[in-house]
Amino acid sequence: MQIINPGLGLIFWMTLAFLIVLFVLTKFAWKPILASLKEREDSIEDALQAAEEAKKEMAALKAKNEELLKKAREERDVMLADARKIKEQIIGEAREKANKEASIIVEDAREQINSEKQAALVELKNLIATYSIQIAEKVLQQELSDSKKQQAYVDKLLKETNLN
Amino acid sequence: MGDKSISKSYFSLAALLLFFLFSGTTLFAQHNEGKTDENWEGEVLEQDFKAGDMIIEHISDSYEWHILTWNKTHISIYLPVILYDRGEWHVFSSKHLHHGEASYEGYHVAKEGFNGGKLVRTDAEGNEVRPDYDISITKNVLAIFISIFLLMWIFISVANSYKKRKGHAPKGMQSLLEPLILFVRDDIAKASIGHNYEKYTPYLLTIFFFIFFNNLFGIVPFFPGGANITGNIGVTGVLAAFTFIITTFSANKNYWVHMVNMPGVPWWLKLPLPLMPIVEIMGMFTKPFVLMVRLFANMTAGHIIVLGFVSLIFIFGHIAPVAGYSVSVVSVAFSIFMDILEFLVALIQAYVFTILSALYFGMATEEAH
Repeated sequence: MQIINPGLGLIFWMTLAFLIVLFVLTKFAWKPILASLKEREDSIEDALQAAEEAKKEMAALKAKNEELLKKAREERDVMLADARKIKEQIIGEAREKANKEASIIVEDAREQINSEKQAALVELKNLIATYSIQIAEKVLQQELSDSKKQQAYVDKLLKETNLN
Repeated sequence: MGDKSISKSYFSLAALLLFFLFSGTTLFAQHNEGKTDENWEGEVLEQDFKAGDMIIEHISDSYEWHILTWNKTHISIYLPVILYDRGEWHVFSSKHLHHGEASYEGYHVAKEGFNGGKLVRTDAEGNEVRPDYDISITKNVLAIFISIFLLMWIFISVANSYKKRKGHAPKGMQSLLEPLILFVRDDIAKASIGHNYEKYTPYLLTIFFFIFFNNLFGIVPFFPGGANITGNIGVTGVLAAFTFIITTFSANKNYWVHMVNMPGVPWWLKLPLPLMPIVEIMGMFTKPFVLMVRLFANMTAGHIIVLGFVSLIFIFGHIAPVAGYSVSVVSVAFSIFMDILEFLVALIQAYVFTILSALYFGMATEEAH
């Protein structure tokens, strides 16, 4: 039975001791400990939040960069396409011009050839006429002496004549 | 490597056995004090070793702190006796009581009964009566002083290391105790009380660590442990009373409405016979009462079992020394098992007391919904 008989003195001292320990620990231990725990938790929370924000910012920056890059690529493509078009245009124009010039040259050449030919033909006609006159002169001189001989002479002259 | 660890554990087991055998010897000597000419072969059975008395003595409070007995010399700390009786102060050292054998200034230690182990005087009718006020510094009081000193020392130094190492990871004692502090704050206070838990956290931390430390000290069998503080009904009663007072004073309107006029209950449970209010108001007092008894009974029962196992050695030893030594192996094994269990119980009981207190605070401050 004695163990369930609480001693009055013990209760008195226990109450006193517990009040002291409760007061002292609350003031000098629990409050600072809980405060610094809370502070640490808050700082961790803040750090995590900051990291999250930085991550988001990074993602935004990356997206922006990508956008810029994409735009630049598109611009480049457009520029390249333009350049190609211009190149083709230039080449086409050049070719046309060359063709035109070439045809002009050819035309000139042809005209010159024609005129030269005409001149040659005129000269040839003149030569033939000269030769014919000379032949006719000699034939007329021979006919005057012997008709036979005249004939033979004509033949001989004809043979000599080289019609070029 | 396996062999090494096995031999190591064998070694520690052997050391433990030796230790228990040794402490057993001192126990034995202590309880044969006053007997003359101990003779193992002779009338061993006549010197009856009363296990019950020994156990009760070990779990009770006392006016001196008996540390050990060496060759029939008691080594004790004699504590001051402070009595106020019939308008007079009596202050003297417990040395004058001669380990409860003598009376001093008319007071002696009662041998048995409800007041067993406490100082009494014999009145005119021959009854043993307690002095009006007995505020002696007993073994448990000194143990409480030592433990609160240790608690304050440990936690103030931990608080200082929080201040010193602001914003850094915990270190040393701080990192050992931080999980427990966080556990009490988050899983006991915050979980049971709700949004205004911060007001109650210091109290809950104090009772948790007070009970936990003293439970652990109670397991240690020698000075400064060995005092059965949390297994003393006076101590658990004071703790429960604090919880009761805080609950009652922090109770809001909603709590009292529930107490007097429980909503959602059929009217005939309240009128004409106020059955529910009676049950509720009784519950208000049974809750702290149960808190008190649970901690007291758990700690006391654990100590009784360990002491019972140790007693078996001496009971058998009185029959034959060989029997005593052979039983000691089994007893020590069981004692170790019980000590490990008590270690667990020390934590569980501190947790249970704290979480129930927190739940009562939560109930008292719950808003109507």
